[in-house]
Amino acid sequence: MELSGLLAALVFTSIFAGIYALLCLGLNLQWGFTGLFNIGIAGFYAIGAYTTAILTTPPSPYHLGGFQLPIPVGLLGALLTSGVLAYLIGKPTLRLREDYLAIATIGIAETLRLVLKNEAWLTNGVQGLRDIPRPLPGAFGRAYDLFYLGLVVGAIVVVYVASERLIRAPWGRVLRAIREDEDVAASVGKDVFRFKMQALVLGSMVMGLGGGFYAHYVKFISPETFNPLMGTFIVWVMLMAGGSGNNRGALLGAFIVWGLWSLSDLVTGLLPPPLDTRASYLRVILIGLVLQGILLKRPQGLLPER
Amino acid sequence: MLQLAVYGVISGSILALGAIGLTLVYGILNFANFAHGDLMALGAYLALFFKVGLGLPMWLAFPLSMLSTAFIAVGLDRVWFRPLRQRGAGVVLLAISSLALALILRNIIRMLWSPQARYYSRTIHFPFTVPLLQVRINWQQVLIFGVALGLVILVTLFLQRTKLGKAMRATADNFQLALVSGIDTERVVLWTWLLGAALAAAGGILLGMSVRLQPIMGWDLLLPIFAATILGSIGSPYGAMAGALIIGLAEELSTQFIPTEYKGAVSLLLLVVVLLVRPQGLFGGRRR
Amino acid sequence: MAGDDVILVVEDVVKRFGGVVAVDHCSFSVRRGTITGLIGPNGAGKTTLFNIIAGFYRPDSGRIWFEGRRIDGLPPHRIFARKIARTFQIPRELKRMTVLENLMLVPEHQCGERLFDAWFRPRRVRRQEEAIRRQAEEVLKFVKLDHLRDAYAANLSGGQKKLLELARTMMSEARLILLDEPGAGVNPTLMRDLVGYIQHLREMGRTFLLIEHDMDLVMEICNPVIVMSNGRLLMEGTPEEVRRDPRVLEVYLGA
Repeated sequence: MELSGLLAALVFTSIFAGIYALLCLGLNLQWGFTGLFNIGIAGFYAIGAYTTAILTTPPSPYHLGGFQLPIPVGLLGALLTSGVLAYLIGKPTLRLREDYLAIATIGIAETLRLVLKNEAWLTNGVQGLRDIPRPLPGAFGRAYDLFYLGLVVGAIVVVYVASERLIRAPWGRVLRAIREDEDVAASVGKDVFRFKMQALVLGSMVMGLGGGFYAHYVKFISPETFNPLMGTFIVWVMLMAGGSGNNRGALLGAFIVWGLWSLSDLVTGLLPPPLDTRASYLRVILIGLVLQGILLKRPQGLLPER
Repeated sequence: MLQLAVYGVISGSILALGAIGLTLVYGILNFANFAHGDLMALGAYLALFFKVGLGLPMWLAFPLSMLSTAFIAVGLDRVWFRPLRQRGAGVVLLAISSLALALILRNIIRMLWSPQARYYSRTIHFPFTVPLLQVRINWQQVLIFGVALGLVILVTLFLQRTKLGKAMRATADNFQLALVSGIDTERVVLWTWLLGAALAAAGGILLGMSVRLQPIMGWDLLLPIFAATILGSIGSPYGAMAGALIIGLAEELSTQFIPTEYKGAVSLLLLVVVLLVRPQGLFGGRRR
Repeated sequence: MAGDDVILVVEDVVKRFGGVVAVDHCSFSVRRGTITGLIGPNGAGKTTLFNIIAGFYRPDSGRIWFEGRRIDGLPPHRIFARKIARTFQIPRELKRMTVLENLMLVPEHQCGERLFDAWFRPRRVRRQEEAIRRQAEEVLKFVKLDHLRDAYAANLSGGQKKLLELARTMMSEARLILLDEPGAGVNPTLMRDLVGYIQHLREMGRTFLLIEHDMDLVMEICNPVIVMSNGRLLMEGTPEEVRRDPRVLEVYLGA
């Protein structure tokens, strides 16, 4: 009994770690290999989750749709919308200095959150979307979480293999050249804008996919899920901890940081009422310090590039 | 319309106080300091501590908060950013690190002052109608605008007339050039933080007076002050002032055409337009 | 045909930065098969001119033709596609990439740079990679850097980085190569090698336009030599003519 409870908790935690692993793989494509500074991850995560939710939920009087489409169609939609959003952000910013992209991505993530909150006809506003279907509900009984974990791991494997194949190919060599010195890349004939755009769009699509997997697991999403801390910042901590520029590092970082984060949640949950909320702020402060520690002491992360 | 324009000028003057510090740090240390908004929030809360916590009058709490925020910022630069600079960390890593600092500051504020909205006082200020203009305004708004304008004028004089101020502008404009022309850049860095943070605190306090204090206020300020900075060309304090005024006006006037909830998105819109049309900002020379 | 036709024409090019005129109505041409030297005191506008030819700056006015086609205003990667390559004054090696990767980056039309091929045609990509690798290894052997093929470029010495810059242009099919101070900070032994490489490449049919401050190097390999001063063309002639021209002496002493 004890053991099965522990196992269930482990599977549950791993599902979320796996979803974050997807976000990390997406960010690695952008930051780790290309040097693109995206701090609006939450925006792509959110648009993926909302797209698939609207496409797959049963018809509802409270928001647009739902269209009750099959889940794979919803996930394809998530890939599409997050990719389009990335393209729209990339267009005005990718030719400019690197931090303009950062500011634009923050801006779009926050603006998207405003839209999600205020356009109730589309998203049901702050009440959020509910009744998002799970794949094969009834099946697998109590082992359902294990099944879902399998799906997430499957997605990770596909994304990992696809990403590795690109990175090892000349395409990845151009990206790394851009990261090191984009003038040099341009001087040997590479269309820097095109490659940056591809990396931005592909990475953001992976983030959108992560959002889709999130939505279909928790069944309910609201704008607050995709706040800057849980939607963006923690992904950066994961990637920096694991090792940017290394996809295995990205996976490792996601699982370690999410594991520690969940554990600290468990600990603070045991505290009596006034202290537990304070401790939750302390957790955020600690994770900020962890990131600074990594930047100072081991900027290459646990698994450095190669 | 005129009414909205008046509100726009007031909020623009508050934003200007934040944007000046941001643009100077951006120009001199060459990184996007995402903690600048939370520095403004910290200043606002320190004033709350002096006023409500210690019971000091506002005219004393205000400068005290500016002073302490300035010293905190210098301290933070020493322990937080300088070690990274010395490791040779790039622009982006510094910016990420500032994001971490922003979160830390915000959560310290939540811990010390609770996440609920707070107010400096519960006094209600009744508006009166300004003759001729037919604009309704209250005395507190007049005061806020007066203080912000006074500070902006003081800063302008400082940047124009003093040697240090000129050195600061030169360094923000071109760090390498300043280095070779014998400007003591370490001293400039120190004063940039002092000045930038003091102004940030002032902006935070004024915003707290005109609306309320909330731990998230720093994050909400971030996009407008960045938009003002880029609009006015990075490293140019006068540009930042003008940019802030434009943002403030655009935000208020936009409520005529779009729902008030989307005020926050106006900065993004203006930002994107500037990046598309004139990425070096309205006041910068062409680099390419 | 070979030898005397013009490969590059710069006509009336102007570039200002703020109030400063960096290049001021500059005109000259480069003949195919030459090693044309571009000299002048610091601030004469040589590097700015390079940046304009290579597409890094857009000229405020003026025209540039390469092999009879207008190229001014094109972005750098399109200029490269027209077969002009450049080096940088201060070597800009791709630090966290190996020497071999620095070179393998260069060739055009690599199918593995397309997403579709990289994903779905790995064998084709691998075949092309093999060919490019062999080419890169030959270039490395030629410039005697082959023992460093797997070293990170960041770990090379200053002189080796200079060689890497030159090697990069050799990986291209460029018919005109712009060298920005290839001899700066290079020790005498390496300098001999460098001169040899450049002359060899010229014999293979490449044309060079090179900025240099080392007058011995210029006098030895360049002909003709173009002298710039204050953003303008001062004179053009053989090394001997340049050496004797009083105006050249004046701008150098005056600067």
